[in-house]
Amino acid sequence: MTWNGWAQIALVLAAILATAIPLARYIAAVAAGRVRFLAALERPIYAACGIDPARGMGWRGYTLAMLAANAAGFVLLYALLRLQGVLPLNPQGFDGIAPWLAFNTAVSFVTNTDWQAYSGESAMSNLSQMAGLSVQNFLSAATGIALALAVSRAFAAGKLQDLGNFWADFVRVTLYLLLPLSLVLGLAFVAMGMPQTLAANAEATTLEGATQVIPLGPAAFQIAIKHLGTNGGGFFGANSAHPFEGPSALATAAQIWAQQIIPFALALAFGRIVGDPRQGRALLGVMLVYVVAATALVYAAEAGGNPLHLAAGLDPTLGNMEGKEVRFGMALTALFTATTTGASCGAVNAMFDSFTPLGGLVPLFLIQLGEVLPGGVGSGLYGMLVFALLAVFIAGLMVGRTPEYLGKKVQAREIKLAMLAVLVLPAAILGFGAVSLALPAAVASIQDAGPHGLSEMLYAYSSAAGNNGSAFGGLTADTPWLNTTLGIAMLLGRFAYVVPVMAIAGSIAAKPKLAASAGTFPTHGPLFAGLLAGVILILGGLQFMPALALGPLAEHFALAAGKIF
Amino acid sequence: MHSILRPAFAAVGLFTLTLGLIVPLGFTGLAAVLLPHQAGGSLVSVDGRVAGSALIGQAFTTERYFHPRPSATTEPDPQTPGATRPRPYNGAASGASNLAPSSADLLTTVRGRIAEAGPGPVPADAATASASGLDPHISPANALRQVARVAAARALPLDQVAQLVPAHTEGRELGLLGEPRVNVLRLNLALDALR
Repeated sequence: MTWNGWAQIALVLAAILATAIPLARYIAAVAAGRVRFLAALERPIYAACGIDPARGMGWRGYTLAMLAANAAGFVLLYALLRLQGVLPLNPQGFDGIAPWLAFNTAVSFVTNTDWQAYSGESAMSNLSQMAGLSVQNFLSAATGIALALAVSRAFAAGKLQDLGNFWADFVRVTLYLLLPLSLVLGLAFVAMGMPQTLAANAEATTLEGATQVIPLGPAAFQIAIKHLGTNGGGFFGANSAHPFEGPSALATAAQIWAQQIIPFALALAFGRIVGDPRQGRALLGVMLVYVVAATALVYAAEAGGNPLHLAAGLDPTLGNMEGKEVRFGMALTALFTATTTGASCGAVNAMFDSFTPLGGLVPLFLIQLGEVLPGGVGSGLYGMLVFALLAVFIAGLMVGRTPEYLGKKVQAREIKLAMLAVLVLPAAILGFGAVSLALPAAVASIQDAGPHGLSEMLYAYSSAAGNNGSAFGGLTADTPWLNTTLGIAMLLGRFAYVVPVMAIAGSIAAKPKLAASAGTFPTHGPLFAGLLAGVILILGGLQFMPALALGPLAEHFALAAGKIF
Repeated sequence: MHSILRPAFAAVGLFTLTLGLIVPLGFTGLAAVLLPHQAGGSLVSVDGRVAGSALIGQAFTTERYFHPRPSATTEPDPQTPGATRPRPYNGAASGASNLAPSSADLLTTVRGRIAEAGPGPVPADAATASASGLDPHISPANALRQVARVAAARALPLDQVAQLVPAHTEGRELGLLGEPRVNVLRLNLALDALR
């Protein structure tokens, strides 16, 4: 680690915080329907779709509308992927995607996971990338943000009849937030070197006379929303490590900014929506502390290098460079790793499978903590609110008082639903992971021997259930078993999680909003923030410790003892 | 049911048309007008022929050129359907080794590269494969170690080759971000221009 490296990290984090403040104000205005500069576009959309944006929806109506939008997205994307071979904008002449892979990919992009069992430049037509994957990058992000807005409203006032209108939130978030940011960032990305063309791949004759394919495509625009929407699905196989998808250190810093800005701004917007900005700052503080701590761990582990390679005569200056790019440097690689897994983005600018055991443990653990640090767009905020309810519940148990959060009584129904939501992740990760490790057909997908093989499988189901999308890439993921079960894990992680959360929102909304009294536990101070951080670590993380001990931790100690596999 | 599904399919269809076709096609046109070089892949031409992209690494193997980092990219093996074989810097299939830090294969490979790269501590980038397999850069230390070989192969004075390295070392962006690095294609183009 160097001072220069920490200065790079500090600069990017400062840029995120500085811009999150005005963006939070803007998001709160969009949520309230006060932003209208595209009303001329908005109205015809409502008319064509038969939407009345003013009609309030209860939690059931809101959730059903969300599920319908996502089902429609899945059907259209699946059809597009299967049929890409006979559709236009396919300059490389790729065939249609096989059924199980198309199922996995469609689920993956609809659930904002963007797990990829294919490699973009050798499988996807320009039409599939643009009109399929890229569109779901927008819509899955809009879905998450809309849900977070609905959950936030539940805390805003007492005895609420409804949580807003899903369609209005969905359309407004897309038009006023995601689209303008993507256009501006996309253009900046082209300027930094990302291609944006419909031309077929170029062919170069190198100085030594060999031929080299230069893969091209309409990449920059898709990469912009891939980060802003915390989707993470690469246009190219190597994702943001590809020189066209992460051309420079500046580009990688901009991508870190883009994948953090909306989740952080949403935490602050929550404070504005509930009428107490301090509440949003407390949530943001917890998120930020974890991001910095995780970055420090990855940075220290990777800058330290691989002890076996150093002993073999490698210079230690650059650290562990297997699976990393020279231009980014270790500091921004570490920050990118912590932010992409803390934010449920899943884009990568280095390959986690070749990280040192502790360096690879951090992204895995961040996913397992529940994708709330700061989590995906929207999903991070409503996940954080679930933990906040559990934190006040635990605080209430300690003092023997009915807990309240933001003036709303938290009672048995909410806590049962919160636990139901929190249990989805371990059930999907450890359940599918354990079964897969017992099935020879699944074990055959593992690349590396020893404890690292277990880490590869554990990472896959963590990434899918956490809707992250990054991978320990040595795993051969394009098999019927993994395509199917990872697809189911993604669906559980997204929808089995959010339905109970919406039920909580419905129940909270109907409660009266009590005024704070002398006995109220304040939820904006460092005491609550510390409690919340602890609840996330214990409730979110502890259940994974046995699995982590068998995987990355065992590998760490084996490596320290000089044992190889 | 109809009252839920109609807005769902209509909205997704409408957004597919706008966000999936109209906007990206318009954006592609805008990029082609404003930033044609970058939008087209930052291609580099020599004598009117495309010699590569300034951003994509290439496999230089002869003694006369500076060598890039090892690359783990592959291509389909024509002998065995479904299998792959090594093809460094294959632009059509980016990728890493993804080998574990505790992998015996990786240790053997790294040891082999260290032996090849000669005595003394070897810069880490010279003995490890990148994440994309297309890393266009090497560290300045890696470039400097290759100067003697390249100068000998070209029968050029050592100084003349050596001074190319600092001249083509790119500093940190904005004076802060990233690491100093050398673009191998640009360095080799400058080498060819020496004569």
